[in-house]
Amino acid sequence: MTTRDFELACPAPLRHRTVQLAHGGGGRLSRELVEQIFMPAFGGAALSARHDSAVVEAPKGRIAMTTDGYVVRPLFFPGGDIGKLAVCGTINDLAMTGAAPRWLAVAFVLEEGLPMADLIRVVASMRDAARASGMEIVTGDTKVVDRGKGDGIFVTTTGVGVVPEGITIEPRAVRPGDEVLVSGDLGRHGIAVLSMREGLTITGALESDCAPLDGLVAALLSAGVVPHCLRDPTRGGLASALNEIALDAGVDIEIDEHAVPVNETVAGACELFGLDPLYVACEGRLVAFVPEEHAVAAIDVMRAHPAAPEPVRIGRVLDNAAPGRAGRVTLRSRLGTNRLLDIPAGEQLPRIC
Amino acid sequence: MRYVDEYRDADVCRRYAAAITARATRAWRIMEVCGGQTHSIVRFGIDALLPPGLELLHGPGCPVCVTPLEMIDRALAIAAKPGVIFCSFGDMLRVPGTRSDLFCAKSEGADVRIVYSPLDALEIARQNQGREVVFFGVGFETTAPANAMAVREARRRGICNFSMLVSHVLVPPALSAILSSPRCRVDAFLAAGHVCTVMGMDEYRPIAARHRTPIVVTGFEPADLLQGIHMCVVQLEEGRAEVENQYARSARPEGNREAMRVVAEVFRVVPRKWRGIGDIPESGLGLRPEYAQHDAEALFNVGTISTEEPSVCISGLVLQGIEKPSACPAFGTRCTPETPLGATMVSSEGACAAYYRYRRTGS
Ligand code: SF4
Repeated sequence: MTTRDFELACPAPLRHRTVQLAHGGGGRLSRELVEQIFMPAFGGAALSARHDSAVVEAPKGRIAMTTDGYVVRPLFFPGGDIGKLAVCGTINDLAMTGAAPRWLAVAFVLEEGLPMADLIRVVASMRDAARASGMEIVTGDTKVVDRGKGDGIFVTTTGVGVVPEGITIEPRAVRPGDEVLVSGDLGRHGIAVLSMREGLTITGALESDCAPLDGLVAALLSAGVVPHCLRDPTRGGLASALNEIALDAGVDIEIDEHAVPVNETVAGACELFGLDPLYVACEGRLVAFVPEEHAVAAIDVMRAHPAAPEPVRIGRVLDNAAPGRAGRVTLRSRLGTNRLLDIPAGEQLPRIC
Repeated sequence: MRYVDEYRDADVCRRYAAAITARATRAWRIMEVCGGQTHSIVRFGIDALLPPGLELLHGPGCPVCVTPLEMIDRALAIAAKPGVIFCSFGDMLRVPGTRSDLFCAKSEGADVRIVYSPLDALEIARQNQGREVVFFGVGFETTAPANAMAVREARRRGICNFSMLVSHVLVPPALSAILSSPRCRVDAFLAAGHVCTVMGMDEYRPIAARHRTPIVVTGFEPADLLQGIHMCVVQLEEGRAEVENQYARSARPEGNREAMRVVAEVFRVVPRKWRGIGDIPESGLGLRPEYAQHDAEALFNVGTISTEEPSVCISGLVLQGIEKPSACPAFGTRCTPETPLGATMVSSEGACAAYYRYRRTGS
C-alpha cells in the first residue's frame, strides 16, 4: 500500500475526527484505531500475528537495542514531524554502534482532542522513515491522556538492530591521534523548530536536518573505514556530544572553531536568540572519530553519500590527557586562542540583551 | 552573517592587537562594562592577545547579575500567587533568590513562562483576561524602550490584567559609583555600544571629565573590542580623557530620540540597589505614578522580604573589577552553573559563568 492509498482510506471510515479518551481504553475504539490507522501503516508479519509480543527470528551475532521518548512542539516543522523524528532518532542511535536497524516498537501517548488527521500524518511519516531503512514496526502501544495533559502526541520508540561481525564502535575505542569529523552543518534542527515555535520568519527557508544515518554508516563500513566511535549530536549539540565522549573515553579533544560548518541562516538566528550553534540540536548529522589513516577515505565516502552534505574534519583527539583525569574539550578560536568547550548547565536560555 | 564575520576577522584582530602592544608603554587597566563584552572577551580569548600588563577588568554590566536578591524573592512570591502568569526572559529563571529560583517555582506548579519580548507577555494577558499576567522588567537602557512600550500599549488598549515588576538599572550612575570608590582600579572604560545606541553619549561626558577617565563606546565582536581597547590605550598614553565612539555603525551621540521619549513617558529615575554592590542613587528606572495600575510591586503586596546572600560569594567585588572570579574560594567547587551561589555564575553574561565555561582549570 502506498502513502497515497493510506491517506485516501483515512480518516473517512473513522467515526471520530479527533482522538477520544476511549481510543486508549482498550475497547472498541482502541481496536478501531489499531485496525484503521496503525495496521494499514505499520503492519508486517510480526505485527499481523496480533500477539502480546512480537516474535522475530533471532539474528546471528550481536544485537543493539535503544529506546527514546520524543516530545516536540510544534508536532510538524519544516523538514519533518514528530513521527519522522522518533523513527530517525532511534535508527540513528542504532547506526552509531554500526548496527543495521531491524525492528521497531512504538508507543504513543495521545492527547484527547488531537485531530485524527494529524495522527495519520505522523503515522504515515513513521511508516515511510522505517521502510526507507528496512526497519519493521513489530509492536506498539497507545494511551490517551486528558485534554491539556499532553502536547498532542508523545512518541516512544524502541529499536533493535544487528551489529555486523567484528565491529565495535564505542567511546572507549577512541584513541589519541583520532581525527574528529562531522558529516554536515550543525544546528539546523534546533533552529528550525525554535523559529517555528517562536513564529520567527527566517529569511531563506530553513529545514530540519532530520534524516536517517544508517545508510551513511553502512557506506563507511563497507568502504573499509572503521570509526572508533560515532555519535549523533542531538540535544546539547556538538559540544555535549564531544564532552560525553571525552569523559567516557578519558581523552582530550581539540576542535578548530573555524572548521565547524554552520549554515548562515542558523548562525544568524543563533545571534538573534543568543544561542551558540555548537550547542544546538541536530537530528541527521554524525560526529565520527576515525583513525588518522582512515580520515581521508572517510571524508570521500561521506562526500559521495546524500546523508552527508558537508563532511569536514573539525579537530582531533590529543595525546596529553593526564591519566585518571576527566577528558576535556578545547576550542581553538578563529583568533588562534584556546578556550574550554564546556557542557551546558541545562537548556540554553535566550538572553536578555 | 557577513556582517558579523567581518568583525571576527582574525587578521584585523591581530593587527589591532599588535597596534595595542606597540602603543602601550605601561600597565593599564581597562574595564569592559557590559557582560556581553565580558563573554566575547573570554570566549574569543581576547585578553590572551594583549601585551602583559594590560589588564581587562570585568564590569557590572549584566542585568541578571545585578538584579537585587529581594527583587528575585519578590518575583518568586508573586509567581506563587494563585491566578498569576509570571513571564520573564529565560535567563532570569535560574537566578537564585534567597531560597529558590523561578525554575523551581515553575516545577512546583507556578505558571512561569519564558517570553522573548514584553509584547509576548502583553499578548498572553490579552488572551487570559481572567488572570493576572506579570512581566519581569529587567535590563539596562537597551531593554527599557520595549518594556516601556508594552506598558504604554497595555494602558492604551485597556489591558488591565497586565503588570510589570520593574527592576531596570542604568549604566552611567554605575560607572560614577565605581570611579568614586576608594578601591577603584579602572584607568579607562569600554562602554556598551548598544546602551549608547539607545541613550546616546551625553551622560558619559561629565563622568569622563570629572574622573579624568577615557570612555570608549564599543561593540561586542572581537575586532570591536580590540579597536576599543586600542582607542583607550591611545587616550591613556596621550593623557586624554574623552568620550569616543568605536561603535559608530550603530551608536550616535544623540541616541535614539524616539526610544528615549517612550522611556521618559513611562519610567522615572529611582534609586536602585545592585546585587553585590549595594545602593546606587538615581541608578534605576521605575514606573511613573500615572502607570501605577500596571506596577506589579504596588499591585501585589508580598509583605516584607528579608534576604540573605551566601557569605562566601564575592560577586560584588567581581562586578566592580576588584577581584577575578577565579579568586573566589567557591569558584568551580561549591559554586558551579548547576549549583550557583551568586548571580554572576548563573547568568549567561556573568563573569563567573564566563570563566567557568571557557577557562576552568583543574577538575
Ligand atoms: S564563583 Fe560563585 S560564589 Fe564565587 S563570586 Fe562567583 S558567583 Fe559568587
